[in-house]
Amino acid sequence: MRHIISILIENESGALSRVAGLFSARGYNIESLTVAPTEDPSLSRMTLVTSGSDEIIEQITKQLNKLIDVVKLIDLAESAHIERELMLVKIKTTHETREEVKRMVDIFRGKIIDVTPNSYVVEMTGQSNKLDAFIHGFEEGSIIEVARSGPTGISRGEKGLHL
Amino acid sequence: MELSGGQILVQCLKDEGVEFVFGYPGGSVLHIYDAIFHQDDVKHILVRHEQGATHSADAYARATGKPGVVLVTSGPGATNAVTGIATAYMDSIPMVIISGQVPSPVIGSDAFQEVDTVGITRPCVKHNFLVKDVNQLAETIKKAFYVATTGRPGPVLVDVPKDITDPNIKIPYKYPKKVSMRSYNPVVTGHKGQIKRAVEMLLCAQRPMIYSGGGVILGEAHEELTELTRMLGYPITNTLMGLGGYPATDKQFVGMLGMHGTYEANMGMHEADVILAVGARFDDRVTGKLAEFCPYAKIVHIDVDPASISKTVKVDVPIVGEVKPVLQQMIELIKDSKTKPSKAALESWWQLIQSWRDVNCLEYDRESRIIKPQYVVEQLYEVTNGNAFVTSDVGQHQMYAAQYYKFDKPRRWINSGGLGTMGFGLPAAIGVKLAFPEADVACITGEASIQMCIQELSTALQYNTPVKIVNLNNRYMGMVRQWQEFSYQSRYSHSYMDTIPDFVKLAEAYGHVGIRVEKPEEVRDALKQAFEMKDRTVFLDFITDRTENVYPMIEAGKAHHDMKLRVAPGTPVERELS
Ligand SMILES: Cc1cc2nc3c(=O)[nH]c(=O)nc-3n(C[C@H](O)[C@H](O)[C@H](O)COP(=O)(O)OP(=O)(O)OC[C@H]3O[C@@H](n4cnc5c(N)ncnc54)[C@H](O)[C@@H]3O)c2cc1C
Ligand SMILES: Cc1ncc(C[n+]2csc(CCOP(=O)(O)OP(=O)(O)O)c2C)c(N)n1
Ligand SMILES: [Mg+2]
Repeated sequence: MRHIISILIENESGALSRVAGLFSARGYNIESLTVAPTEDPSLSRMTLVTSGSDEIIEQITKQLNKLIDVVKLIDLAESAHIERELMLVKIKTTHETREEVKRMVDIFRGKIIDVTPNSYVVEMTGQSNKLDAFIHGFEEGSIIEVARSGPTGISRGEKGLHL
Repeated sequence: MELSGGQILVQCLKDEGVEFVFGYPGGSVLHIYDAIFHQDDVKHILVRHEQGATHSADAYARATGKPGVVLVTSGPGATNAVTGIATAYMDSIPMVIISGQVPSPVIGSDAFQEVDTVGITRPCVKHNFLVKDVNQLAETIKKAFYVATTGRPGPVLVDVPKDITDPNIKIPYKYPKKVSMRSYNPVVTGHKGQIKRAVEMLLCAQRPMIYSGGGVILGEAHEELTELTRMLGYPITNTLMGLGGYPATDKQFVGMLGMHGTYEANMGMHEADVILAVGARFDDRVTGKLAEFCPYAKIVHIDVDPASISKTVKVDVPIVGEVKPVLQQMIELIKDSKTKPSKAALESWWQLIQSWRDVNCLEYDRESRIIKPQYVVEQLYEVTNGNAFVTSDVGQHQMYAAQYYKFDKPRRWINSGGLGTMGFGLPAAIGVKLAFPEADVACITGEASIQMCIQELSTALQYNTPVKIVNLNNRYMGMVRQWQEFSYQSRYSHSYMDTIPDFVKLAEAYGHVGIRVEKPEEVRDALKQAFEMKDRTVFLDFITDRTENVYPMIEAGKAHHDMKLRVAPGTPVERELS
């Protein structure tokens, strides 16, 4: 099953490689990893998407917790949560296709944030499968590049992951 | 008090109560060595190879319970230390390694003797630090000792760039009395409800087995374990790392379990209905084939590291906590409990165990005209009255030591279990002898292993650490040869060397005594003679049977009840299961 693990980790130079190293050393699957400082600059929040059997996920969370730099973590998949990913995508346009592309962007509630005679840059957030669907809506060759952040997430309700 | 970084480092070690630093100098640690020069509270032991430093410090920690300390230079100094750091990591040994690093401004420029020590050691340390500011040096050292010695112990490395120890930059020094880290809070006491469940399960057992490991030694819980086991009257087995956690000469002890464990221990595990696992981690050498491991048992597992629990074997009652307080709580609950272990069940269980014991799985040919390695270990046991500290290398000799030297006390058996590092034995013996100068210290080794850190014979002379090297010289990498005999139709591919040094001359060249022993009747006297030479390191080269194998053996992928024995047991054991 797919799991989204959110981690509060000391904002130290080696911290990211400890997490990445753990996954490669133990052969755990890692689909995506995002990291940025939180409102407390000494702490970073990392969101990690992984998958595996219950036993493997249990070991992953235990091994992550064991890292000295990890302060706290939760497996978002265990309760109600919200998940979002940011995507920037550059799309080829011609005079004929511009309207059609704009319509697609509207349907997916994206924004066109850069325009040249031959291209648009579209900004879009949502669950990863929505972003996938948007991309699949275009013909091969019409997408110049895609930059995705990987999912990040937060639990629903007042409880949260904090110190 | 204003001190330079180099002085601070040494002062921190002093304030931490460090007795010995095992090290080797080089460019990036010269400021530190200069600070060492000006004091003699912290004694520096100059090894001959950084691997030796790590093993000596590691063994010092295993024997005393105090963290071992290592000091090495950047680049090759640090990489040479890696094997020893990994050895300590695998066996959860508290150790602090200080490595020099190139000056901060040139880090990342492929400077002379630069390696990414923090990166290289990351997977084999409990934690590591790179010191970026001399003002954080003292606190970092304190944290290193704190992390290394608490929770599940392990090695912690502190990488110190040369500019941090600059003698010209002095700052006020204060060693923190305590540190706390918001991200590190090891659990101590276990969950009360779980402990109660565990006790209930234990008291209702029909065929119980206690399986204890290195955690009992690390957690200083041998007394509690002994009390609990005696109170219950249950059989107990130890892992290789747990030997000495329960007196081996006691009648409730059924020997080591696992790949080279006794018939009675492994059969007992296989047939048990309740297993109490104490500070043991269900290593593959212990479990054999996982799918058939302890098929009838409910398992209680006490371990300070949650990640050790249900890692390979799913357990029924997990208890996260230090063994000592958890066992104390269990003892109290058992005392107060109205339920008592069933006498009748226990009696028939012990009868079954006796029938396995009668197989005499550790019997060997005592009439042999060639020295049997088992015999040497038995004689060593007698000559030292079972009181020696015994270090070992890795191979058949290690297993003979574990099987035939009966350890009644913890911290006397010092070996590399998890990593299985050849070369461990000799530097380990030196580390132990420094800690306990009056004690008998023996290093049981093989002619292949001993050559991996032989240079430490020179350290042994410099610091006058008169250890006794018991070389079980079978002219083979015996353990490798044994696997090749069993699994590769005796194709002995590169498991022997065409040239083996004359160890007697070698010992003499290093300034020690060398004795070669070729006949069984000379074994005892040679050992006695060696231990009577109180102030000399003695290299005893026992020419042993080349063809001898370690039995019992559970071959790779087999289960506990599927053991290869030296002699097939006469009548198959009757299985009476309720
Ligand atoms: C050639 C060779 C053959 C071997 N054959 C065998 C064999 O036949 N049988 C065998 O048993 N081993 C054998 N080994 C050793 C094996 O590889 C493992 O090292 C060993 O089995 C592990 O022992 P352990 O389970 O006691 O764990 P350890 O490695 O000692 O780990 C200790 C456990 O206790 C926990 N712990 C630590 N401190 C505490 C505390 N204070 N409170 C609670 N828990 C704590 C730790 O978290 C850890 O889970 C062999 C090794 C070699 C090299
Ligand atoms: C550093 C290292 N290299 C290789 C091995 C694999 N290995 C395990 S036992 C062994 C042979 C040991 O031979 P010896 O020291 O003579 O001991 P014996 O088995 O003959 O008693 C080898 C090569 C190891 N454990 N460690
Ligand atoms: Mg040999």
